[in-house]
Amino acid sequence: MTTDGITPGGIGGSSPSGRSTSRRARRAGGGGGGSAALRKISDGAVNVAVKEPGRFFALCLDTFRAIFRWPFQWREFIEQSWFIVSVTVIPTMLVAIPFGGILSLQVGGLIRQLGAQSYTGATAVVAIVREASPLVTSLLVAGAAGSAMCADIGSRKIREEIDAMEVLGINPLHRLVVPRMFACAFIALFLNGLVSVVGLVGGYVFNVMLQNGTPGAYLASFNAIAQLPDLLQAEFKAFVFGITAGLVAAYKGLNAKGGPKGVGDAVNQTVVITFMLLFVENFIISTLYFQFVPSKGM
Amino acid sequence: MGVEIRVEGLTKSFGRQVIWQDVSLSIPAGEISVLLGPSGTGKSVFLKSLVGLLKPDRGHIYIGDRDLPYLPEHQLYETRKLFGVLFQDGALFGSMNLFDNIAFPLREHTRKTEAEVKRIVLEKMDLVGLMGAEGKLPGEISGGMKKRAGLARALVLDPEILLVDEPDSGLDPVRTAFLNQVFIDLSAQLDCTFLIVTHDINTARTVPDNIGLLYQRHLAMFGPREMLLSSEEPVVRQFLNASKVGPIGMSEEKDASELEAEAKMGLDSGKLPPIPPQQMPSNGLVRRGQHAPGAWCAAHGVTPPPGSFIDELGRNWVDEWPRYVASMQAGQAAGAAGITPPGGFPPPAPGPGGAGYR
Repeated sequence: MTTDGITPGGIGGSSPSGRSTSRRARRAGGGGGGSAALRKISDGAVNVAVKEPGRFFALCLDTFRAIFRWPFQWREFIEQSWFIVSVTVIPTMLVAIPFGGILSLQVGGLIRQLGAQSYTGATAVVAIVREASPLVTSLLVAGAAGSAMCADIGSRKIREEIDAMEVLGINPLHRLVVPRMFACAFIALFLNGLVSVVGLVGGYVFNVMLQNGTPGAYLASFNAIAQLPDLLQAEFKAFVFGITAGLVAAYKGLNAKGGPKGVGDAVNQTVVITFMLLFVENFIISTLYFQFVPSKGM
Repeated sequence: MGVEIRVEGLTKSFGRQVIWQDVSLSIPAGEISVLLGPSGTGKSVFLKSLVGLLKPDRGHIYIGDRDLPYLPEHQLYETRKLFGVLFQDGALFGSMNLFDNIAFPLREHTRKTEAEVKRIVLEKMDLVGLMGAEGKLPGEISGGMKKRAGLARALVLDPEILLVDEPDSGLDPVRTAFLNQVFIDLSAQLDCTFLIVTHDINTARTVPDNIGLLYQRHLAMFGPREMLLSSEEPVVRQFLNASKVGPIGMSEEKDASELEAEAKMGLDSGKLPPIPPQQMPSNGLVRRGQHAPGAWCAAHGVTPPPGSFIDELGRNWVDEWPRYVASMQAGQAAGAAGITPPGGFPPPAPGPGGAGYR
């Protein structure tokens, strides 16, 4: 039987010979337990070491290209910024206060033993502005903003909204990821400032009230060691953290699969991966900063 | 209107698992085709490959003269504007209400004024029977409504190709029948190329012009409806008759011994059921892609099973067809009422402007 519209040789798939070979192949695959396990492990290793980073990098490049596409999604950017603010501001403050307090207690005690009480303020500023605030910012950006973003994008992916968007001729990277990434970075800048201020106030309160430090000494030595580039590098870090968190959340969200559990897994992985990446980035930027920016002489 | 989709040697695998290989078919322009297959044979994957959401390992997909898997990104997005896709759950944007969802493609891709957008959206919502639900959010409506809203969104840009993923999943039989009628009416009205992926045998038997069957990582058969419905090929026969007898088993294909046992019991020698007449448009139009009932069987010397092409009113559509077409054409020209098409949907009373769509 040949007609128009019928594929030549299309019936071959259901021939008896084709069936039996495929069946044999499947049995053989199930039989070799040891080698199959080994293959699974090696597949997993390749996946973690090469494929996943490769795909993530590809997404980063695609997103970078999508940045320059007109028009920028301002509305989405503002909505997402507000959303990120709403999930991060309160936790950030609540984390920053005890953080400043702890630093005051630890460093204050040490400084008193060294006999340099008049520099308590100076050390608190350096510790908080240089290291503590980017660190707290990174925790909050990854834990609160990144996870919320990943959950949002992941659930859209599961509901096939992302596919629908692509089919409707809209690039989800341009539409969803770019504004989210910038919103995350933009808000991270402010979070960093917030942590610095709240942490310093917390440190001041602890120092003056609990450690009998003098307000004058705390304030007078305020900028003895710290300098403007410290703040700038902290803000730079915050920006980079925000971009990273946004990209990881987008990557994991866009690759979520397997129903609601898949979204949960993606969120979990987002938080873990973002934490690790942010700590590595923090280390690298700090190292470079100390290499290139001379410390302030006293 | 309508674009042919030509698929050549398409192969797709996830990791080591081959989904299907060497799938070649051409979905004729302006016709309705249905793709069938047991669960898990990659029908949805095939659909997603056709729109370029998944990249096949090998093979070509020609949409007109463009080879979809190898298009650069901006051309891919251009080509996708030819498509309307209805996903399994409608895939509506959860943050927008139905009106905004359906208006979304218009606002993104056209420079229409808000008044025009509103007119088009309301027209499409009326078409799928969703008038009055504009302000509802996708979370607030039932699965059937989501599906119809998804269809309305797929239609607003007047696509050349409509891909539909399991229109009947999670839908009651009555709504499925109505939705099928909507597809046929749309096909008559828009003349676009339809591909419907489904499990529903009733849909597959009565709606399409062509049927394809995916089985065992291959395209088992693709061709005109009458060819598959009169085919003695075991897999095709079993699937299109929703029978337990045949090579398809519960979890995979049956053993040779099981098949022998079935053959001994004489289970596989039963007669094929009659070919039902094809469902026809209810909007007083004649689909350009529709073939005359029995034409394929007559052209290829195949005797259709006894009782074929007879509808519930006892009319034989092989004889009825020329009169039906003539009456429809006369109805369109002069405004006279036509013959009721099979399926029980009477043609609309023709208004002063001729028998257009509602």
